Amino acid sequence: MFDKDLVEKIKAGKQKYNEKLDKLKSKRPERQPQFVTDSGIEIDTLYTPEEIEYLSYENDLGFPGSFPYTRGVQPNMYRGRYWTMRQYAGFGTAEETNKRFRYLLEQGQTGLSVAFDLPTQIGYDSDHQLAMGEVGKVGVAIDSLLDMETLFDQIPLDKVSTSMTINSPAAILLAMYIAVAEKQGVKADQLKGTIQNDILKEYIARGTYIFPPDHSMRLITDIFEYCAKEVPSWNTISISGYHIREAGSTAVQEVAFTLADGIAYVQAAINAGLDVDAFAPRLSFFFNAHLNFFEEVAKFRAARRLWARVMKERFGAKDPKSLMLRFHTQTAGCTLTAQQPDVNIMRVAFQALSAVLGGTQSLHTNSRDEALALPSESSVLIALRTQQVIGYEIGVADTVDPLGGSYFVEKLTDEIEKRAMDYIKKIDDIGGAPKAIDFMQKEIQKSAYRYQQDIESGKKTVIGVNKFQLDTDKPKDLLKVDPEVGKRQEAKLAKLRSERDNEKVRSVLNQIKQVAQTSENLMPYFIEAVKSYATLGEICGVLREVYGEYQQQIVF
Amino acid sequence: MSGKPIRVLVAKPGLDGHDRGAKVIAQALRDAGMEVIYTGLRQTPDQIVGAALQEDVDVVALSCLSGAHMHLFPAVVEGLKQQNAGDILVLGGGIIPEEDIPELKAKGIAEIFTPGTSTVDVINHIKQKIAQR
Repeated sequence: MFDKDLVEKIKAGKQKYNEKLDKLKSKRPERQPQFVTDSGIEIDTLYTPEEIEYLSYENDLGFPGSFPYTRGVQPNMYRGRYWTMRQYAGFGTAEETNKRFRYLLEQGQTGLSVAFDLPTQIGYDSDHQLAMGEVGKVGVAIDSLLDMETLFDQIPLDKVSTSMTINSPAAILLAMYIAVAEKQGVKADQLKGTIQNDILKEYIARGTYIFPPDHSMRLITDIFEYCAKEVPSWNTISISGYHIREAGSTAVQEVAFTLADGIAYVQAAINAGLDVDAFAPRLSFFFNAHLNFFEEVAKFRAARRLWARVMKERFGAKDPKSLMLRFHTQTAGCTLTAQQPDVNIMRVAFQALSAVLGGTQSLHTNSRDEALALPSESSVLIALRTQQVIGYEIGVADTVDPLGGSYFVEKLTDEIEKRAMDYIKKIDDIGGAPKAIDFMQKEIQKSAYRYQQDIESGKKTVIGVNKFQLDTDKPKDLLKVDPEVGKRQEAKLAKLRSERDNEKVRSVLNQIKQVAQTSENLMPYFIEAVKSYATLGEICGVLREVYGEYQQQIVF
Repeated sequence: MSGKPIRVLVAKPGLDGHDRGAKVIAQALRDAGMEVIYTGLRQTPDQIVGAALQEDVDVVALSCLSGAHMHLFPAVVEGLKQQNAGDILVLGGGIIPEEDIPELKAKGIAEIFTPGTSTVDVINHIKQKIAQR
């Protein structure tokens, strides 16, 4: 990347510098014998052109909006439009969540992000025995189209973009969204948003799986195919490293395992007969913004470059949009502390800044009280304001990839890409991501345990936990989900089941059962079923009969 | 106390999929010389009680981050009592608001460990409680 003579001069200069450094260190040793990133990449005292002389500006960095997209997916990034400020929200009933959504939109949030409760995510109605105690807790309870209509009441679906954290039953929730839009007079091709729809990371790290991998992959490719024709602006999947990182992986593992999952989805769709450029432009990603600032910035850049290379070289994609890794970011929930929770505001701000400097397309900032409970309204407001300060006040959005060209960041970017590629090769050798679930789980667990040991030995500092502890009162205004939510949902369900056309429901469910055993696309049948007010639990129940359920291997 | 190693069942009740804490604790207890069985995800209280009896454990360590702890933790204690296994030490961990802790303790969960707890504290707590028997 640099003139040869210049590098030679720098090398000579560096020799002198190193001598000075050694003298200094012999008098006064450094804070630690070795400095490493969270992924274990050793960090040198100083970076100069020498460390990155082997990189080529043209091939390895390029221009934003052009291959290999290291510097960003758009030519002018945030000078054109800020990232989407999108706070993940949902709790209790559809009525309560609808109120929170409208509050967030009034406060300047620019997109919605729906959190569903666990029964919804695992395809059980609120009156199912396994739903007891879980209804409305980690997200909103959605049993039928009726709840979905309430959730988006007075929210114009042609104006907002909506992200839905839903995986195993993603096709059914998308069907409900399409049906609600239709009732609002909004056509499917006007809809903008994302379904997470990433089942592989559920097996690996997040746990809301229902069906075995093969059948899950079929539901996913059905969505790819249907949306390519009918909902062209919809992001059909959000291939997620977020939860892999939360489960304890390193930054390198986050990139590697996420992209390995991505490769598996692309391969599955190609195997199902789809053309890569027909669906790949709608693939999106979701990463974590953790604490090790420069490593995080480098991670986002490395992921973008690696994906562009994989899509071009491995899958022969031609549409530039197929090569672009567009991603959502959420700050790292696992770094929040229950001790001195206001300090979390700072952690979140730095993490969010790394995501912006890494070129994220949308961002969720966590709230200070999330190690204690679901976030209160006042905490969510600070979290949203943090993004607004980064965007509107401190000037970091005024040029593209401002850390590009930093000797350190470029070296780290390259190192992360290389190490992630090594992992992807290992996963290929095992037979691809669906076969390497155990391997990835073991790797993540090793990292998680090491991380915990480093905190306990004091090698890693966590303010308020193992250093600068303080006895403070716990915050009092925590959000408490009404324990009666479950009962209210049960009553709603009973009413629905007595009022709807049950003959019609039986017939659509039976049809789904038949089609599920063929290779015909299931999406139109799901849409018909939800419009007849068949519940999520009923539809998933039929699919459970046909596909069976995934049994987790206990890896520990 | 005999020289037999302490046996612990680490369990994930309910639908919650966050198992990082459970697995880290399981490994730390094992490294501290205990015999550890991990149930995996999505266990009902009844299944946990069954596993505790079958594995003849001294301790059941429950982990829940979904907010369903008030429903799930006491159900495990209750189930153990019904099976005449009320002497098994039941511990809980996860995102548990402070105000819920007194009620959980009143219902028989011996201790609640919240985020930021050192695994050493959990190990010492178990050793101490078992030694007192």
